[in-house]
Formats: sequence, C-alpha cells, structure tokens
Amino acid sequence: MTLTALNLRLLGLGLLTSLCSLQAQAEIEIQWWHSMTAVNNEWVNDLAKNFNATQKDYKIVPVYKGAYDESMTAAVAAYRAGNAPAILQVFEVGTATMMASKGVVMPVGQIMKDAGYKFDPSVYVPAVAGYYTAPNGQMLSFPFNSSTTVFYFNKDAFKAAGISTDKAPATWPEVALAAAKLKANGHKCPLTIAWQGWTQLESFSSWHNVELATQGNGMRGLNTRLVSNTPLHVRHIENLGNMAKQGLFVYKGRANSAEGSFVSGECAMITTSSGFYGNVAKNAKFGFGVSTLPYYPDVPGAPQNTVIGGASLWVLSGKKPEEYKGVAAFFNYLSNAQVQSESHKRTGYLPITLEAYKLTEASGFYKDHPGTDTAVNQMIRKTTDKSRGIRLGNYVQIRSIEDEELEQVWAGKLSAKEALDNIVQRGNVLLERFEKANSAKP
Amino acid sequence: MSSEKRVVFRATWLPWLLIAPQAAVVAVFFFWPAGQALLQSLQQSDAFGTSVEWVGLENFQHLWNDASYWASFQTTAVFSVLVAGLGLSISLCLAYFADRVVRGTSIYRTLLIWPYAVAPAVAGVVWLFLFSPSIGVVAYGLHHIGFEWDSLLNSHHAMALIVMAAVWKQLSYNFLFFLAGFQSIPKSLIEAAAIDGAGPWRRFWTIQFPLLSPTSFFLLITNITYAFFDTFGIVDAATKGGPGKDTAIMVYKVYFDGFKAMDLGGSAAQSVVLMAIVIVLTVVQFRFVEKKVNY
Repeated sequence: MTLTALNLRLLGLGLLTSLCSLQAQAEIEIQWWHSMTAVNNEWVNDLAKNFNATQKDYKIVPVYKGAYDESMTAAVAAYRAGNAPAILQVFEVGTATMMASKGVVMPVGQIMKDAGYKFDPSVYVPAVAGYYTAPNGQMLSFPFNSSTTVFYFNKDAFKAAGISTDKAPATWPEVALAAAKLKANGHKCPLTIAWQGWTQLESFSSWHNVELATQGNGMRGLNTRLVSNTPLHVRHIENLGNMAKQGLFVYKGRANSAEGSFVSGECAMITTSSGFYGNVAKNAKFGFGVSTLPYYPDVPGAPQNTVIGGASLWVLSGKKPEEYKGVAAFFNYLSNAQVQSESHKRTGYLPITLEAYKLTEASGFYKDHPGTDTAVNQMIRKTTDKSRGIRLGNYVQIRSIEDEELEQVWAGKLSAKEALDNIVQRGNVLLERFEKANSAKP
Repeated sequence: MSSEKRVVFRATWLPWLLIAPQAAVVAVFFFWPAGQALLQSLQQSDAFGTSVEWVGLENFQHLWNDASYWASFQTTAVFSVLVAGLGLSISLCLAYFADRVVRGTSIYRTLLIWPYAVAPAVAGVVWLFLFSPSIGVVAYGLHHIGFEWDSLLNSHHAMALIVMAAVWKQLSYNFLFFLAGFQSIPKSLIEAAAIDGAGPWRRFWTIQFPLLSPTSFFLLITNITYAFFDTFGIVDAATKGGPGKDTAIMVYKVYFDGFKAMDLGGSAAQSVVLMAIVIVLTVVQFRFVEKKVNY
C-alpha cells in the first residue's frame, strides 16, 4: 500500500518537474560568467534583470565565478568538459589568450550580423574598439567595463603642506616637487603606486607614445617582443627608485593593494585605475582630486593616450544557434547609449561609445562630479600605432615579472636599467613560447 | 622467518579483492594525476587545449635555462628546512609540556589542535593582516619598539612571514603525534630514571627523545612533504612570491603558472621535477635517517 502511494507521489512529482521544464523551455537561458563584486555585482545583476524584463524569449543568468583569473580558469575547465557558459567576461590581460584560441571564440561582429542586428564598430571609443579588434579588422569581443590609469591626490594633505590644489600636479617633476613638500611637512607616504606594471610601464609607454613591445605592442601579431628598456623607461623607473630611496614614494604592494593606503589618508598621491573612483568617493574622509596620469613634458608627443584596462565579454562556441540569437539581443540592449551612459555614471567605468559620452556630458554629470571625465579625456583621443593598446600573450606571467623586477628597484637591489633589461629578457622568453604554442594551428 | 606469523589465504582472489578499494583510491587519486602530469610535461598547448603539440623535453629545457627557476630551489630549501625544523621543535616542546599538564588538559590540547582546521590560504591571510606594514597590529607594535617591519620589500621579513604562517598551520598536527608519542612511553621507565637521580632535562634526552624517534622520523617526512606541496595557498595569500621572487617556492610557481597563467605544459614539467625531488628526499630519509630510529 505505502509503496504504491509513494510511487504515485513520485509519478506526480515527475509530471510536475516535466511541466516546469516545459515552461522553462519557452525561455532560453543564457549563462553569463562574470567577476564583478559588491556594487559592480549589483550593476551586472540589474543589467540582466532589465534586459530580461524587456522581452520573453531569452533569460540572461549572471553567475559570479570568482576574480578575473579564477573565472577564466573555470571557463577553460568548463570548456574542456563541454559546459562552458555562452558569455564570459575576460580581463584585458587575457585578451591575447582568447584571441589566439580560434574555434573557442565566436566573433561578436559575426554573431550580431547573423542575428540581423546592425553592428558598427566605429561608434565605439577608438582606444576601446581597437583593442578588441583582430588584425583583420573583425571585432572579436564586446567591450563591457573599460577603465584606464589615472592620478588621485588628497587635497587636505596638499593644503596642509602649502601646495596649491587649484591644479593637480600634471608632470612627473611636479609630482616629485609636491612629494618633497609633503615630506618636508612630515607626511610619511607622499606617493604610492597601484598596478605598478600597468601604470608605470604599460600606460606610461602609450601616454608618451613609445612602444612597450614591437608590432604595435602586439596588436599586429604574435611575433611581438618587449622593448620597455628604452632610455625613457630607464629614466622614469630610475626617478621612482630615487624617490623610493628618499621616502617620497612608498611601495604598498602588488595589484591594487596600495589603494587602501590612499583611502585611509596614509598616502597623499596614487596612480591607479579610474575604476577606483567609486571607492574613494564613498570611503575617503578628505577632499580629493582626480587628474590625468603625470608625464614628462620634454618628451615629444606626450601626453598621447593611456591604455585600456577592465574587461570585455567573449562569446564561446559550441552552443545552439538560438542561444547566440539571445546573446546578440542582449548585446544589442547593452549597446544602447542610454544604458551605457547609466552604467558609466554608476560604476566609473568608461562610456564605451561616443554617443554615451555625449549623453553623459549633456546630462551635466561631469560638472556635478569633477574629475569623472579625466579617464574619458585620456582615452577618447585618436590613437597611434604605438598607443592603441597592449596585447601580449602570457600576459599574466609578464605582469608578475614586471612586479618582481620593479620590486628589486624599489628595494634598492637592482638599478633601473638592470631591472628593465630583466623584464625584457624574461618577458621575451614567454612571448616566444606563446607565439610557438599558438601559431602551430592551421 | 619461521618465527614470523604469516597468514595464508586459501583463495588467490581474496587478497586482491581486499586491497582493491585501497588500490583503486591510490590509482585514481595518485597514479592517474601523476601520469597526466608526466604526459602534459611533454606537451605544449593553448589555454583551451584546442591545439596540443608534443614538444619532447622542451618544457624541461626552458626550466633548465631559467635562472629564476634555479633560484627557487634555494628558496624552497631554506623554506622547507625552516618549516620542518621550527615546526618540529616547537611542537615537541609544546607536547612535552602538555604531557605534564595535570589540570585543564583537554582545553589546552583542544586549543593547540585548532589551527589544523584552518585552510592554508586563510592562515596566510590571518598572518598577512597581523604583519601587513600599513595595517598590521604586529607591524604597528614593532614600529613602536623601533623595528621597521617591511615584508613587501625586505625578503627576510617576507620569508619569516610565510614560515611563521606555515609552521603555525602545521603545529597542531605535529603536536598531536608528539603528544601521543609521549603518552605511549611507559611511566615506569621515567620513574626508574628519576629514582636513579636523573633530572627532567636528562630524562628527556636519554629516555623520552630516543623513544620518540619513530614519531619524529615520521613527522620529519610529512613536514618536508607539507612544506614542498601544501604551502602554495599561504604564499599566494601572504606574499605572492615577492618581494621579487624571494619567497616564490617551487610549488607556488607550479600553482601560479598552471592555474593563474594557464601554462599547463610548463607547470606540469615543474610538478614532475618537484615529484622527483620529493621521491629522492624520501628515499634518502628512509635510507640514512631511519637507521638512527629505534622502533
């Protein structure tokens, strides 16, 4: 008796679940793996929710899969096992790896065209679009959250040291002068640096319109090699090394770990990502200013433009055609200038299209929040072959080589020239390996 | 031989059946991955594994030519000796006193066993917070007594930091074994020595320590293996191998190249080298150190 009852109940349950799945089948679910935390996680969820509300055919499901490097590793494992998501957010450092993985990636331009949407790469900010475009002119991934390197300073600390805050120090000599004044006033940490490789070598290069690596910093091909040991690079790292010796620049660790020391007021100046704005605006208990990355005024062509950071959305292969239609519809929604402008204002990431920038400007946002247009102004310029972006294979390892060697300069163990030569020599071994591993394909 | 008790199975399949579960576990979790690592160390592939190329010993050749890889041998040696040496002596000391404690034994022991439940990465973060030059409580205290702690740029400080975290993490495990070892020593031996006039120091060195030698030997091997294999989480959380490469021990490089940089061939080659080193070390320990062990 009880057994039959149980069977009946199980049968009922089975029927119920199949009914549910029938209902779900009407709506195609599209997995979107991302790495956005805290306020930015809410932003991503809102984008998906708003898109899902606009139509009934597709459902975007955002899934947080850990930090950028973790979600990429997870996607690699999932792809090998055959359960990759349709959309994957990949940081700029992973761009070359994704581009080289032919057959794994579906070009965004192609997906949009197949689904019948108009897709015009020229509406994007050139430095952004150029970065995600293959040497053959095809746009491979969808620009999503782009940031760049900027300079922040503590206005209260500047005032206390008797430095004018009307204009931020724009050049490196001015930064050194301000640092010396801050130190004379008893400041323990006048300048610190986050993302040292990105801000002081990569962005530094394009800001001065010099190459970090050959072949347009790897944008034109895999046979790129590092050349970041020019006299200009040596001069800059030497200057920073001297500032470290004099206590004008205090090293606070790799990646963005220095950011905390700016927010707490311990350090008075910092170079880091434009995406740091939200954090400072919310948590700093002092007046602060955002300005352009410092440069050397005697270098011809400087300042040019800074390099892109952040991430873009990649579409992975092996899904059903309907899913790709849904992806295209979602990207079409994200391309809307209004949506982009809202995202820009909310997160501090760059407005990715020129129209979104104009819309934001017209809304008076930049006037109400001075400094928020710094990143845009640094990026919106016409790029050169040397400044379009930096796209290197094995970039994650090269970044950590940059960290390792620069630390030796800050510690006074290596000269600037020795450290930069090491970066070039060690980095090139990795670039050769990457070229070899990825050009073997048909 | 004749005095040894030998059990003979009548059916030939029975012994095989009985060891089958154990053999299966070893095969699936040890031999299979090790075999995979060996295969991958001879390949070079892109991140997604769409193109795999057999490159022979090229991955090993790269390691051979990489000066920083050779430097990591020395770093690893220093780290392992410190972790095993400090870990064993501190926990031996703690176990010796815990063995003599009369009241509150269980509380004392429970507290000492706690750290074992902490994941390596968490241990790294905890110690990083204590010793972070900007925000660390200990770093702040050291600054006030005139010691400038800087684990970000001073390699000795950075090494001290990961050694402390790694030793702390393994202390409970060592403590448990040493404590059990102490308790298995017959009280009569120690009492007899005491009656003969041997003080605690003498009793420890002439009776307890020699009788603990099997435990110490076992722990020496597990601690060396721990320092070689299980500590990448601590390094990743506390120093990321810095400053420079001064705390980049071999297993951290395996982890970084394989899981962060997705260079599977290079990472596999490194794990093969690491595996070979640990096999050799263990053989050496069994050959030479074990001779001094009294069972």
